[in-house]
Amino acid sequence: MSDLADAFAAAAMLIWSLDQDLVGIVLLSLRVTLTAMAIAAVIGLPLGGALAVFRFPGRSAILITINALMGLPPVVVGLIVYLVLSRAGPLGALGLLFTPAAMILAQAVLITPIIAALSCQTISGLWEEYREQLQSFAARRGDALATLLWEGRIALLTALLAGFGRASAEVGAVMIVGGNIDHVTRVMTTTIALETSKGNLSLALGLGIILISLAMGVAGGTYALKLAAERQRSA
Amino acid sequence: MTGLTDPASAAPAILPLGLEGLVFAAGGKTLIKGITATLSAGSRSIVLGPNGAGKTLLLRLCHGLIRPTGGRIVWKGAAGADPALRQAMVFQRPVMLRRSVAANVDYALRLRDLARADRQQRIEDVLTATGLRRFATQPARLLSVGEQQKLALARAWALRPDVLFLDEPTASLDPAATRAVEEIILRIDAGGTKIIMSTHDLAQARRLANEVLFLHRGRLCEQTPAPVFFTAPRTAEAGYFLEGKLFPQLRRINP
Ligand SMILES: Nc1ncnc2c1ncn2[C@@H]1O[C@H](COP(=O)(O)OP(=O)(O)OP(=O)(O)O)[C@@H](O)[C@H]1O
Ligand SMILES: [Mg+2]
Repeated sequence: MSDLADAFAAAAMLIWSLDQDLVGIVLLSLRVTLTAMAIAAVIGLPLGGALAVFRFPGRSAILITINALMGLPPVVVGLIVYLVLSRAGPLGALGLLFTPAAMILAQAVLITPIIAALSCQTISGLWEEYREQLQSFAARRGDALATLLWEGRIALLTALLAGFGRASAEVGAVMIVGGNIDHVTRVMTTTIALETSKGNLSLALGLGIILISLAMGVAGGTYALKLAAERQRSA
Repeated sequence: MTGLTDPASAAPAILPLGLEGLVFAAGGKTLIKGITATLSAGSRSIVLGPNGAGKTLLLRLCHGLIRPTGGRIVWKGAAGADPALRQAMVFQRPVMLRRSVAANVDYALRLRDLARADRQQRIEDVLTATGLRRFATQPARLLSVGEQQKLALARAWALRPDVLFLDEPTASLDPAATRAVEEIILRIDAGGTKIIMSTHDLAQARRLANEVLFLHRGRLCEQTPAPVFFTAPRTAEAGYFLEGKLFPQLRRINP
């Protein structure tokens, strides 16, 4: 019991004193996940929107694939990215394996389907509502897509937050492609896994507390966006 | 008000609009049953008929929002021009974009690739003419239903279309707002834009119509000059409608 209390006290101390190792790990995690989210947004938002607005051969196949990929375990994504980046893989020459870039790539692959699927859902609903009005303005489909991405901006931010949440919570993908190298590719989740197995509970707990706070922040942000979207709709 | 008149100064209007055996079927039912008519410039055409007659469908077909399953729509004056760029429509429930009142008008204008100064002038003109100028910077979705309908009119007006379709534009408005909207419609008409409007409000039809197209169960019963239609309609269906009676289900009086 007192071990646990000690660990908590030590964890609080690490956070309070802005322990250098802890801060480094947190900053790296944020850098990796935010970059991955940005990449996933650049691909996923237009992709999801296009799937909602355009009809083309192969559309259903893409939709099914995206929905399947959404449920993929992170370790499998990690494995695939590992194979692609490994020496013998197609991108092996870039030498990215076991670097933050590899972790960014893995997380981007992990969450692009989520962001694409959620934005497809959002844009489909808007397209239903706006379709004839935009057609009446003689808007081309591309213009319509751009318009809907803007009109749905609040709901789409929710999709980004969902992606951020999933990326910041996963262990498997970054573990495999990053290798959990101290001071290089060690992020919050992988550090928790490693330190806990070594019995170093205070660092693990400190990071755990920060992750919980992040998750609360994401949930709170999502809730606020939902309220904002409702206000906008009823207005 | 220079910006509001003379919609087709650059080119002759795309009118007349020819409907040639227009048919629309959906869900196993034929909803528009072979409509043939010609709609010419210079008059206000009112599409009249009871609920479910097919007024909205007919306007959507004419405006190109849905494809006919039979027959043709011909813009006889288009002469190679894209008719889609020369028409506008005001819907029963208009969609306001999530941006300011002025930006809503600007959005429609930008899609027609108009220069900024021209757009600004047109926005100023139509917002003034519709009494919405004081709302220019407010979010459009915060406007009341009547104000939104005026904005929909302003947005369509700014495009200076050859033809303006209106689908029951006053259906959810109070009498004062209805009159305000009707006045705007008359001013758009005076600017040279052909008005094609649906309504099931007889009094409104009397106020606005130069000619009436009477629809009943997907058929065009008659296309008649307004003074004739309201005194001596040519078909029994229209007669019943004018008297505020339901058309008898079993008896078919007119082919
Ligand atoms: N896509 C569709 N599929 C099946 N039926 C349809 C479809 N669209 C319209 N209808 C039917 O066609 C008929 C005509 O509809 P429409 O909306 O044109 O009537 P309306 O004359 O505008 O009536 P109202 O005065 O109530 O607006 C209605 O019975 C409607 O249920
Ligand atoms: Mg209707």
